[in-house]
Amino acid sequence: MTLELIDVSLRVGADMHLYPTSLRLEPGEFNILLGATGAGKSTLIRLAAGLERPTGGRILVDGTDVTGMSPQKRNISLVHQFFVNYPHLTVFENIASPLRVSRVPKSEIEGRVEEAADILQLRPMLHRRPQELSGGQQQRTALARAIVKESKAIFLDEPLANLDYKLREELREQLPELLAGRGTVIVYATSEPTEALLLGGHTALMREGRLTQFGPTAEIYHQPRDVASASVFSDPPMNFAPVEKRGHRMHLGSALDWPVYGAAAGLPDGAYTVGIRPHHISPVDPPDPSIPIRGTVRITELSGSESVAHFDIADRVWVSQSAGVQQFQVGEPHEFHMVPTHCFYFAEDGKLAAKGIADG
Amino acid sequence: MRPRSIVPILYILFLMLPIYWLVAMSFKTTNEILGGFSLFPQEWTFDNYRTIFTDPTWYWGYFNSIIYVTMNTVISLLAALPAAYAFSRYSFLGDKHLFFWLLTNRMAPVAVFALPFFQLYSAVGLFDTHLAVALAHCLFNIPLAVWILEGFMSGIPRELDESAFVDGYSFPRFFTTIFVPTIKAGIGVTAFFLFMFSWVELLLAKTLTAVQAKPIAAVMTRTASSAGYELGLLAAAGVLTIIPGAIVIYFVRNYIAKGFALGRV
Repeated sequence: MTLELIDVSLRVGADMHLYPTSLRLEPGEFNILLGATGAGKSTLIRLAAGLERPTGGRILVDGTDVTGMSPQKRNISLVHQFFVNYPHLTVFENIASPLRVSRVPKSEIEGRVEEAADILQLRPMLHRRPQELSGGQQQRTALARAIVKESKAIFLDEPLANLDYKLREELREQLPELLAGRGTVIVYATSEPTEALLLGGHTALMREGRLTQFGPTAEIYHQPRDVASASVFSDPPMNFAPVEKRGHRMHLGSALDWPVYGAAAGLPDGAYTVGIRPHHISPVDPPDPSIPIRGTVRITELSGSESVAHFDIADRVWVSQSAGVQQFQVGEPHEFHMVPTHCFYFAEDGKLAAKGIADG
Repeated sequence: MRPRSIVPILYILFLMLPIYWLVAMSFKTTNEILGGFSLFPQEWTFDNYRTIFTDPTWYWGYFNSIIYVTMNTVISLLAALPAAYAFSRYSFLGDKHLFFWLLTNRMAPVAVFALPFFQLYSAVGLFDTHLAVALAHCLFNIPLAVWILEGFMSGIPRELDESAFVDGYSFPRFFTTIFVPTIKAGIGVTAFFLFMFSWVELLLAKTLTAVQAKPIAAVMTRTASSAGYELGLLAAAGVLTIIPGAIVIYFVRNYIAKGFALGRV
């Protein structure tokens, strides 16, 4: 089955919650909606699930128009960010409830509930009530409820956001496995770029109610279409600065300039925006040919496995992200190194004009 | 005894004093009550209670009260559950004003409605029926029920409703098998307040009934005026009137604490 949105939009009063959006989602892989809070991910899910009616456009399932159809008739599953289960029912009855309402024979229900419970390791908790479970178990119950029926589409609206770090990693590893091979469309909303990369599949980038880019996850990570897409799909956010191309060199203010390579070398002279991901600015001299940047360190964040430094450059704050523990003196200048082949160059209208040659 | 416990003990003592006096009186003879001051019944008698349990005009007073209070509680809940759901989940034209207007119904004194209700119910042939009192009390109880239930319902995330719809529940099925059990604490608290109002309300109940549906409180006042000083009997009737309320409070006491925590009761 396929899920297709054609110019779907939602306007509430004078506010556009979702600008006209077209999207074609195929079964099997993860379709990730990536964007910050308020980008329109939940709105898109609610529209696709039928919980809200779009003010414009059409929604097709396998080519059939379901725009005005109620969620009951769409045969879909939905997992919310908050652990939503029926509090007065046991875990078993919670998982069984979608089957009971769709009149699955009683003899079949027990087997299917137990199968779903086994996949999500809920077997020992089947006779408890949701409040007696931990957050992770509650969310697994909600997931079991979502996979127990053979739905055409599963919508997961930031399902891991309210779990603690360890549980989140654990469940994220299991998710692709337990949703694989079901032939359903999987839509997964998240605000974390890392999560999108880990889950793979296709990613739709959303920003301020607009879909900015959709494509295979790795591809759009390497080839952001415009400034908006590039900034959504980067964590920490991508560093941007206005630059001017003169001849074979890019000039950032008067202090910094570097040679351009690859496709970028063919760009006409003029004003551009350079974008470079924080992990391509190194606090030590990398093996690749690099440009030294001197900047005053403002903030540092050390996590043990990586070091993040915010530094001033030409009236802007850029971020450097590197592996291991690096030594920074806050308030002191530090020499960072930027690899120009990793740079993206965006035209004045925000569209990607060219990039350096290296991928990533 | 530590000094800090003196104040609460005194407080409870003063609080219990009238109830104790009532219970003590109910076991005394009228002569003893009128005869002078005595802390305990000098001459225990169960005659007062015996009269109530054997005389139909007395015990039917209790039945009448229980019948219309139960009817009122059921009607009020049935009407208020959907209304409270609408106020809690949907926004519609004038919803805030309507909600406030509902509450203002409670601000009018009951006496204001006694005459119009008497006229109205006589005209439609409902006078002296349990239904008349039950319906009349709805005017005060439905707004109260909507107000309390709305608070409980708004504490349930909307996502629960949406999950159920996605799971395939039709609205009526979701409402009765998922939503109502989820807010059963709120329904319990609401039922308690409805019961209490209807149980203690005297004016409307007395105005709208004559013989067939006469409530216990009306029986008490009429006996007092016709049979002279039957103080022991009245005290026994009073004790029996308190008991149903006490039983209801016992069952919903935990829910009420929850209701206070949710901030609407």
